[in-house]
Amino acid sequence: MGNTIAEKIFATHLVDTPASGVNVIRLDAVFCHEITTPGAILDLMARGKDRVFDPARIKAVIDHVTPAKDSKTATQGLILRQWARRHNIIDFFDIGRNGVCHALFPEKGFVRPGYTVIMGDSHTCTHGAFGAFAAGVGTTDLEVGILKGVCAFRSPETLKVEITGTMAPGVFAKDVILSLIGRIGVGGATNKVIEFGGPVVAAMDMEARMTLCNMAIEAGGTCGICAPDAVTVDYLWPFIAADYPNREAALAAYQRFNPDPDAHYVDTIVHDVSDLTPQVTFDYKPDQVKSVAEMAGAPVDQVYIGSCTNGRISDLRAAAKVLEGRRIADTVRAIVSPATPQVYQEALKEGLIEIFMDAGFCVTNPTCGACLGMSNGVLAEGEVCASTTNRNFYGRMGKGALVHLMSPATAAATAIEGVITNSPLFTDPQPA
Amino acid sequence: MKSFSGNVLFLDRSDINTDEIIPAKYLTEVERQKLKPYLLEDLKLAGFDPKRDLQEKRVVLSRANFGCGSSREHAPWALEANGIHVVVAESFARIFRQNMFNCGLLALELPADIVDGLFTAFAGRATRVDTDWQARQLTFRSGGDQRTVHFDLSDFDSDLVEAGGWVEYADSKY
Repeated sequence: MGNTIAEKIFATHLVDTPASGVNVIRLDAVFCHEITTPGAILDLMARGKDRVFDPARIKAVIDHVTPAKDSKTATQGLILRQWARRHNIIDFFDIGRNGVCHALFPEKGFVRPGYTVIMGDSHTCTHGAFGAFAAGVGTTDLEVGILKGVCAFRSPETLKVEITGTMAPGVFAKDVILSLIGRIGVGGATNKVIEFGGPVVAAMDMEARMTLCNMAIEAGGTCGICAPDAVTVDYLWPFIAADYPNREAALAAYQRFNPDPDAHYVDTIVHDVSDLTPQVTFDYKPDQVKSVAEMAGAPVDQVYIGSCTNGRISDLRAAAKVLEGRRIADTVRAIVSPATPQVYQEALKEGLIEIFMDAGFCVTNPTCGACLGMSNGVLAEGEVCASTTNRNFYGRMGKGALVHLMSPATAAATAIEGVITNSPLFTDPQPA
Repeated sequence: MKSFSGNVLFLDRSDINTDEIIPAKYLTEVERQKLKPYLLEDLKLAGFDPKRDLQEKRVVLSRANFGCGSSREHAPWALEANGIHVVVAESFARIFRQNMFNCGLLALELPADIVDGLFTAFAGRATRVDTDWQARQLTFRSGGDQRTVHFDLSDFDSDLVEAGGWVEYADSKY
């Protein structure tokens, strides 16, 4: 029997099987941020093990609360900064060069097909868009990753999701993943890797694939993976040009991780998106999803565009297209947080920042901040936010607040109307 | 090894996420004990009052997909800071479950019908669990009522708990 992508990656990285079904694998990259890493650093120091397995394979960023909002967050940044200097971790991104980790690290070319990656952050599954096995872990797993370059995982069962059909204009990867989570539930992929495939994924650019894989964890998935193809190679080419004679050679090398035709999947889901309309969550779980049309007219207090799900340049372009020449409703405040300095600069060059500001948006520096209610846009009790982020948990963006997850286009249209509404980019494939 | 016995906190809901267990705004704490007052502060469960209901509790019983969402190990740390070393549930989110064992804590899965039976028999009553590690048994007791259930653990999970967590285990072996 053949193997899935995750099984092939595990086979090439296996270090030990300490028990049946448990695989200790070698790590190609360990990513770190200032919220979950300081605990690992302090614990290593307390144990007399203040070492790193390979400074070149560790990448670190201050992104969750930046610039620091108080003494506690300043201390977290300090612990990470001093540790990076002490161990000669060159790829450390401090204030001014920092961005949301799952947008910044791909942009720097740190993820390659076939890689194994961990980070103390559940949205590490985003990097599976590159055909890598990338998983969120806790601080102890991170600590061992930093120290030894290994991590233990159960054998990866794979759920295949074939995305078929044709997306209507104004329907985005965010709508696809929300509809899938609505279908399989918040525990639908627990302990499984989701392998995304089919013609819709093949036609997606890397940013859309990252949005798709980013929310695999919202269905409980260990990782979302897309098979590497020419789109992957084109994205990575500036970083790998020295390693391969041409793109075809890179593609051939990467495609050894593609799933075998007779690979075993625990389940295969065909998800047809031809009739899919823009989606939005309505309560406190990411699988509580409705069409925007069903939720139309629900008022919001704040609109937030950003995060590792939807803070990349294509997201800002989609929102700006809706906003151009228009103003947000008087009853609404709106925030856009470009996910990285590069996204921010590109948005400036393209005139998108001007469009956002003319529309009445507050433009913040790149940070995770508001998405998890830590800074830069926390809500008051009873307030409602239309957000392009990934979690609508009770209290997530502020105690007692409600979050509606949606695409950047829908969020922009909602900002203009002050109530949830479909964007003018959307054309209903089956008008009533 | 830590103590795995004591009074039971019943959380009768599925999909309790780690934001509910410990809200992100407290992740600026680097000392684990400082998380203690904030455990389950944002839990969405009718009638639940963390200040009142967490008193002297040592074991959590819950439903499916406990610990979903964020990878924050602050969730197990906040439980441990309150003396809770065991969560028993129908199922767990992967990262939360691994974090528990990595800290030398127990995340025990029991079949849905058995969990349901425990809720039916004991929820709403002062209930204690005694854990027999060698026999892999949990005994729930309230008044004169008693029910013993068996749990399974892989050798690897058991090794982690006996070693007190993953760091020493991995550093000695790899």
